Amino acid sequence: MSESVSAESFGEGIPRLRSRARARPWADAAHHRLLQIMALTVLATVVLIAWEALSGALPAMRAYGLRFLLNTAWDPVAEHFGALPYLYGTMLSSALALLIALPLGLGTAVYLSELAPPRVGSAVAFVVELLASIPSIVYGLWGLFVLAPFLRAHVEPWLIAHFGFIPLFRGYPFGIGMLNAAIVLSMMILPTIVSISREILLSMPRALRESALALGATRAEAIAVTLDVARPGILGAVILALGRALGETMAVTMVIGNSNRISASLLAPSATMASVIANEFSEATSNLHLSALIEIAFVLLVVTMLVNSFARALVIWSTGGRRDIAGAS
Amino acid sequence: MKNFQRIFGAVAASLALVVSCHPAVAQNLTGAGATFPYPIYSKWFDLYKTKAGVEINYQSIGSGGGIQQLKAGTVDFGASDAALNNDRLREMPRRVVHFPTVAGAVAMVYNLPGIQGTVKLTPEAIAGIYMGKITTWNDKAIASANPGMSMPAVPVLPVHRSDGSGTTNIFTTYLSAVNGGWKEMVGANTAVSWPAGVGGKGNDGVAGLVRQTPGSIGYVELAYAKQNKLQTAAVKNRAGNFIEPSLSSTTAAVASAATALSKDVRTPIVNGAKGEAYPIAGLTFLLVYQDNKDSAKQRAIANFIDWAIHDGQQYAEALDYARLPEAVVVVNEASLKLLTASGKKVIP
Repeated sequence: MSESVSAESFGEGIPRLRSRARARPWADAAHHRLLQIMALTVLATVVLIAWEALSGALPAMRAYGLRFLLNTAWDPVAEHFGALPYLYGTMLSSALALLIALPLGLGTAVYLSELAPPRVGSAVAFVVELLASIPSIVYGLWGLFVLAPFLRAHVEPWLIAHFGFIPLFRGYPFGIGMLNAAIVLSMMILPTIVSISREILLSMPRALRESALALGATRAEAIAVTLDVARPGILGAVILALGRALGETMAVTMVIGNSNRISASLLAPSATMASVIANEFSEATSNLHLSALIEIAFVLLVVTMLVNSFARALVIWSTGGRRDIAGAS
Repeated sequence: MKNFQRIFGAVAASLALVVSCHPAVAQNLTGAGATFPYPIYSKWFDLYKTKAGVEINYQSIGSGGGIQQLKAGTVDFGASDAALNNDRLREMPRRVVHFPTVAGAVAMVYNLPGIQGTVKLTPEAIAGIYMGKITTWNDKAIASANPGMSMPAVPVLPVHRSDGSGTTNIFTTYLSAVNGGWKEMVGANTAVSWPAGVGGKGNDGVAGLVRQTPGSIGYVELAYAKQNKLQTAAVKNRAGNFIEPSLSSTTAAVASAATALSKDVRTPIVNGAKGEAYPIAGLTFLLVYQDNKDSAKQRAIANFIDWAIHDGQQYAEALDYARLPEAVVVVNEASLKLLTASGKKVIP
């Protein structure tokens, strides 16, 4: 019923628009060009950033070559630079954050879209989206002054006592370190996962649920069917969230402990590519040091691109090449 | 008509004002660099503007950035907590003169619940802690220097700056001066490869970690330790005395190095010989090109520095900077005479 009404109102509007466009054909062309320029500007910005990073990184690339990615030493005094500890820190902290945020976020999204009364759903969704607008330094301060003392006093000693036989939980309860960073990051990417997944689930056709239920599925099974169809969209949410986790700087710098040693323990201090740039860029005194930091930025750009392409490939593969399912309602 | 007269009068008056002030307001200087001296510099620039009419615009973007901008010629002077070494000096397009302006101390702050009084630390203890060799507070190297105290068996957690900073440069320069192993393994710089511990961002990051972590030890600027009422350790100096960081013990540290500074003003002032000198201290510098084509500008820079090292010093202590001892002021006076504009001296 409602569809036919909206179609009618569209029908009234369209001829008028058309006649205007016919009267001024140049307007259409200008509009087309303008939007084209806007789209190209975005592309040009990315290319320029990559180019600048690449040219700034050249001295370090010449000095270290591919060893830059495999060296574990980062010694500004002796000018030995290797990115591996930071590469490791970025990948691990983002993966852990996703590991925490994905089940939590997806569960929240399913509840909000499928189970909660609509009014509660939109109220909670509003609050979750509010989380996204909190500046990252506030998350960092929370991690440093609230989460760190809590982890140090209650969580980490318990982990060491009970799971200390696993290298993951060995060491000293600092409160700050990889675990803290992963938790803070997961809080930061949670709103992205929740709000996008919820929108996707809400856009799923009712017929999907209804036919599942009609076929005798339980409510949980009906949700599983919906989730399966919504998978490409949810993967999109994960890509966006991962992008934020990979690039997050301020909050991570404050809670990760900033040590360039690779440790198997989640309790140990670590560092990420973004955090070492934020830490050392302003006081880097030698040209090679500066260049090595720029190369880190370049590597981060490449890593982000690779992760995005991989996730995109995953979406296409998991839907058998159909990318339009999420929007088809 | 009356209106016109009024406007005309106002315009004429302001024109007269502009003309009469012309020599004073004409100068605008720009500088960039160190964040550590920013509070005293902004105070100076403010006072100097009212005094001499020279407006100085300073960006506290960090020493590294200040040096880069001076090199690129985008600023009239740079500011750095670390003096330029010979290699860096050679990279500059023209000769650069260093002017130390104030001194600062780096305080060792710690968190040891239940310990009353000031903990005493030897250079060996500090180096051992930051190398990860001393892991508990009751280690002999710490306990033997604190005979009256019963040091607890809690682990030591060394906290360092994660961001590159002049404070780290002073601290690591000190450790390199007192410990051969440190010099060999780690060295001195604004950022180093730390063998142990966790890093906090900025003085507040280090202080925050120390405040909330029992057993931790960190290093922060003296001003920061004082303003935040952190427990600070007394450090054994070269004369064998345990000295607490203070403005007077910092000035004494600068004075200890006066002879060396008169030969090369870039000499580190850590580990001073005087009995009352606090050993972990450093100077902060203004960096100026020796020769400048713009003579009015060069004269303005010289006059400002001349004011800062004399009259300006009285404002240092209120902002927790140690003033320059007379001997270093004399060194600066000699350096001022080196400044030229197209080859001509700007200060007689």
